[in-house]
Amino acid sequence: MSTVVLLTITGLGLAALYFLVASGLSLIFGLMGVLNFAHGAFLTIGAYGTWWASDHLPGAGSTGWGFVLAVVFGVAVGTAVAALIELALIRPLYERHIEQVLVTVGLSLALVALVRATWGADPHPFPRPEWTQRTTSVLGANVPNDRFLLIGSAVVVLVAVLAFLRFTRFGLIIRAGVENRSMVTALGIDVRRAFTLVFAIGGAFAALAGALGGIYLGSISPGQGTSLLIFAFIVVVIGGMSSITGTAVAAVLVGLVQQFANYYAASGVGDLSVVLLLAAVLLARPSGLTARLA
Amino acid sequence: MPMSTQPAPAASPLAGAPVLQVAGLTCAIGGAVIVDDVSFDVARGEFVAVIGPNGAGKTSLFNLLSGLLPATGGTVRLDGTDVTGASPSARARRGMGRTFQASSVFAGLTVRENVRLAAQAKLGGSLRPWQRVRDRDAAHDVAARSLERVGLARRGEGLAGALSHGDKRKLELAILLATDPAIVLLDEPMAGVSIEDVAGLTEVIAGVHREEGKTVLMVEHHMDVLLGLADRVAVMHHGRLLALDTPARVTSDPAVQQAYLGEEL
Repeated sequence: MSTVVLLTITGLGLAALYFLVASGLSLIFGLMGVLNFAHGAFLTIGAYGTWWASDHLPGAGSTGWGFVLAVVFGVAVGTAVAALIELALIRPLYERHIEQVLVTVGLSLALVALVRATWGADPHPFPRPEWTQRTTSVLGANVPNDRFLLIGSAVVVLVAVLAFLRFTRFGLIIRAGVENRSMVTALGIDVRRAFTLVFAIGGAFAALAGALGGIYLGSISPGQGTSLLIFAFIVVVIGGMSSITGTAVAAVLVGLVQQFANYYAASGVGDLSVVLLLAAVLLARPSGLTARLA
Repeated sequence: MPMSTQPAPAASPLAGAPVLQVAGLTCAIGGAVIVDDVSFDVARGEFVAVIGPNGAGKTSLFNLLSGLLPATGGTVRLDGTDVTGASPSARARRGMGRTFQASSVFAGLTVRENVRLAAQAKLGGSLRPWQRVRDRDAAHDVAARSLERVGLARRGEGLAGALSHGDKRKLELAILLATDPAIVLLDEPMAGVSIEDVAGLTEVIAGVHREEGKTVLMVEHHMDVLLGLADRVAVMHHGRLLALDTPARVTSDPAVQQAYLGEEL
C-alpha cells in the first residue's frame, strides 16, 4: 500500500513537471502553430539561472526566502529569453512553419551548448531547501516533501492559466486566436502581441519546471531540458495539441504510467509504456483527449 | 497610405457625401474580366441590394470592395477616402464591415464573447491584458447592445457553435455592429438559412438599416426579401452593372428581363 501511495505521489510530481513544460508548448502551438523545440532550453535556462542566483545574487540563497528569490530570478531570465527569441527570431518567420521549426531546433542545440561551454557538461548539485528533503507520512508512506512542492506549483499554474484564458481580455483574444487566427486579424486585432505574451508565459513555466526539476533530481546538467521535452511533446499530443485541460490530464496519465511501469516491470519500461500510451490514444482518438483550449 | 481614425458618421464633414463611391472598378484574373467597369455610389443610410444570375460577379464585387481581391482598375472610396489599395483589415478599421457566405463565428467562444471580441477590437485599449472580460466597460456595453439589436441577448452565455444557422447569421451581424461600421456588406445572408428563420433574419436586417441607420449593401437571391428592404437594386450581369434603380423600375426594365431570360425575378 505504502509503495502504491509513494509511486502515485511521485508520478503526480513528475506529471507536474511535464505539465509545466507542456502547457507552454501547447499554448504556443495552439495560437501560433509553432512547434517550439527550444522549449527544453528554457527549462535549462531556468534551472541554471536559479542555481547561479542562489550563489551569486545578493539576497538569494539556498534556503527560505533567499531560495524563492533565486527561483524568481531563474524564471525571470527564462521569461526574458523566451520573449526575446519570439521577437527576434520567430516573428520575422511568421507563418513560415518549416523555418520556424529549424530555428527552434537550432536554438535548442545552441543554447544547451552555450550552457555547457559556460558551466561545463558535468552535473552541478542543485540548492535544495532543507524542508524539501524531509518526508511527510501519507497513509503509511514516507513521501519526500519536494513532490508536494511540484504538485502544488503545477496546480497553481493550471488554475492561473485557466482563469487568465477564461476571464481576461487577452485570454479571450488567445482563445479566439487558437480557434481561427485569420478571423481575429480580420477584426483588426494585432494578434502578434498575443504571440509574444504566450511565448513569454511558456518560457516562464518551463523555467519554473527547470528550477523544480533541479530540486526533484538534486542536480542539474545541460541536457536535462531536452530529455524532458520529449515527454512534454508526448503529453501535448495526447492532450489534444492545444488544450490546457487536456494537457493537464495527459501529464497525469504519462507521469503515473511511467512511474508504475518503471517500478513494477523494469527500469526503462516506463519510457516505453509512455510511447505505447501515445500510440493507443492516437489510435482511439486521433485528435487527442480533447480539442478545446480551456 | 495615411491612416486617420474613422470619423463618427454624425460628426463627419462629409455627412451629405456618399459613404461608398465606386468608379470604373475592374478586376481581371488571367484573361477573364470578372468585374467590368462598375461605377455606383451608395448614400449614407441607403439600402442597396445587388442581384444577378450566378457567376454575374456579385461576390467578386464584394471581395473587391472589402479588399480580398485586388482591383486591376478603378477606385473605391470609403467616406471620401481612397481605399483601393488598402488591406482588408485596414478597410475594416475604416468602417468597411462585411459578412461572408460561409458563417464566420468563433464556435468555441460564447455568443457574448464573440461580440465582445469585436467591440474590443474597435475600442482598442487592450493595454491592460489582465483586465477582466466581465468588467462593465465600454466594450461590454457595446456587446450587450449589439446582441439586443439582433435578438440574441438571452443566448449570450451559450456557445456560438451551438446556434442554429439563422442565429449564427444574426451573431455575425451583431459582431459586425459591434465594430460600428460605416457600411455593412452582407453577402447572401439568407444562404443556408431555413425557411422559418428567413422572416426573423429579414426583420433583424431591416432593424439594422432603419433603426441603427446603417448603410447596407447586400447580395441576395430572394427577390421577395429585397423588395421590402432595398431602396435601390443593382443588377449585375457578366461582371457589368446592368441597372441600378428602385426595385419597381428595375423589375420592369426590359434589359434586366433580357438578362434573366427564362428566370423568375
